[in-house]
Amino acid sequence: MKLARIKNPFDLLFASVTALSSLTVVCIIIGILIVLFSESSLAVKKFGFVNFILSTEWNPVTETFGALTNIYGTFVTTGLSLLLAIPIAIGIAVFVTEIAPNFLKGPIGIAIELLAAIPSIIYGMWGLFTLAPIMADHIEPALKKHLGALPVFSTLFEGTPMGIDLLTASIILSIMIIPFTASISRDAFNLTPSVVKESAYAMGATKWEVIKNVVIPYSKLGVFGGIVLSLGRALGETMAVAFVLGNKHQIATSLFDAAATITVTLANEFTEADTDIYLSSLYGLALVLFLMSFVTLAVAKFLLLRAERKYHR
Amino acid sequence: MTVQQRRKLRGSIALSLCTAAAGIGLFWLVFILTDVLIHGFGALNLSLFLNDPAAPGAPGGGLRNAFIGQLLITLFAVLIGVPVGVLGGTFLAEYARGRTLAQVISILADIMVSVPSIVIGTFAYAIMVKPLGHFNGWAGSMALAFIMIPVVLRTTEDMLSLVPWTLREAAFALGAPYYKVIVQIVYRAAATGILTGILLSMARVAGETAPLLFTAFNNMFFSTNMREPIASLTVTIFQYAMGPYDSWHQQAWAASLMITVFILVITLIGRLIIRWRYKR
Repeated sequence: MKLARIKNPFDLLFASVTALSSLTVVCIIIGILIVLFSESSLAVKKFGFVNFILSTEWNPVTETFGALTNIYGTFVTTGLSLLLAIPIAIGIAVFVTEIAPNFLKGPIGIAIELLAAIPSIIYGMWGLFTLAPIMADHIEPALKKHLGALPVFSTLFEGTPMGIDLLTASIILSIMIIPFTASISRDAFNLTPSVVKESAYAMGATKWEVIKNVVIPYSKLGVFGGIVLSLGRALGETMAVAFVLGNKHQIATSLFDAAATITVTLANEFTEADTDIYLSSLYGLALVLFLMSFVTLAVAKFLLLRAERKYHR
Repeated sequence: MTVQQRRKLRGSIALSLCTAAAGIGLFWLVFILTDVLIHGFGALNLSLFLNDPAAPGAPGGGLRNAFIGQLLITLFAVLIGVPVGVLGGTFLAEYARGRTLAQVISILADIMVSVPSIVIGTFAYAIMVKPLGHFNGWAGSMALAFIMIPVVLRTTEDMLSLVPWTLREAAFALGAPYYKVIVQIVYRAAATGILTGILLSMARVAGETAPLLFTAFNNMFFSTNMREPIASLTVTIFQYAMGPYDSWHQQAWAASLMITVFILVITLIGRLIIRWRYKR
């Protein structure tokens, strides 16, 4: 299995072709970095990198651009969607591995995979035509009525519920990332050796105590890796939120406000960018997004690799 | 209440909550699917496949241009992405097996799989649209191929690694050079798995919208010229759904139905093949 085996000239040819093919992955990543850095250099030169990130001004007319409103929108939607998705995803994983009877495990696993396979544009369109009206007519007024008087919630639920806002976008995003988190958590739970679980049962532990005190602590590294992976995915999700976020550049304090994420701004404004500095600023946004998601995904991969090594010791 | 009763009660509450969580997950799937089915079937008609779009706001017309455009873009993405992905995966699993280089590329490919697709779109714009000065179909196919390559590469690597090493040794013992062993023995043993990986990666790119927005762009007219802007179903859905006309919304639903059914059927077939082939 060492390269020393290659003596035949055809073998050398085939080996080189396959090697070049596998190197395209590296080339694409390096290419993306070079392109994003060089295309955004104009904006970085004009505004300064730190200033570009920290400025809330996004005005194509006066040609001043700052990324903070977009970064803020990305963080809020991602954070909120993780908050909504994690408990449900872990619940699903527990149900599939520990509670469901055997004949249900397969079908539910497939159902979760189907939920993951639905393209994000379908989520976005469904959100715009179905979920947003429901949110505007029923859920958001109810939230406002029952929780709006409490101190913190009065700010969070301020304004007229329109359905096109941070809350709706976060809910759609959370539905999208549930399958990723659930299937990775399920795989991690499945790796718990049954001997360890059986010992706990023999001590008289209830099923929930076994899950809480044995299965989850044993697999927490894998579950955490899955959560970070979902975070990386949610950061870069475009079409699911593009429909229902409103693309408004502001630091919204209410969940009923329209906002913009990096991806939504790119999707809506990239083809409209008529000046060089406008396009360059959009590339600046893409660079920020790429760096954020790359680092997040690398951390997730690191955690999952460590988990894998731990279980296969 | 005794301690035992309290523990049992706490356990059953927690387990019911988990069951409820699974119910919520299923609820969303059923909700979204039935919604797409109901709206989509209501809007489905023959003219959708046979006609090109009517003037904005005018009734009638169809999405023939988008169906053909989507087919072309995806086809060329597959033609570019699959060979590169399969060969790359072969290198990682065969020639470079166990080496640091293979591990690094494998990890990078894993990260690439989840990199935001809209960033890939901006990349393709910079290297294929800007130099030419106008949007074109090739840029769209390339963007999709960039997304496909790491997916195919990783599944190929995994599938080839599953082929037992003794099989290769048996072939080596007969005096076969390594490339012949790979092409005639290992590929054959892993064919089902590799094909499934290709199917699943097709399902993945068929629904991609973000990378096409500023590469293939859109075209209201029928075109098979890949050097010009070309329509795709997904970008058309985005444009029509955000548009003001009710007839546009109807056609967007119908297009969504077609894409969803296509992708779900491919995904199901892929999963079933894996289950049937690799069940333990």
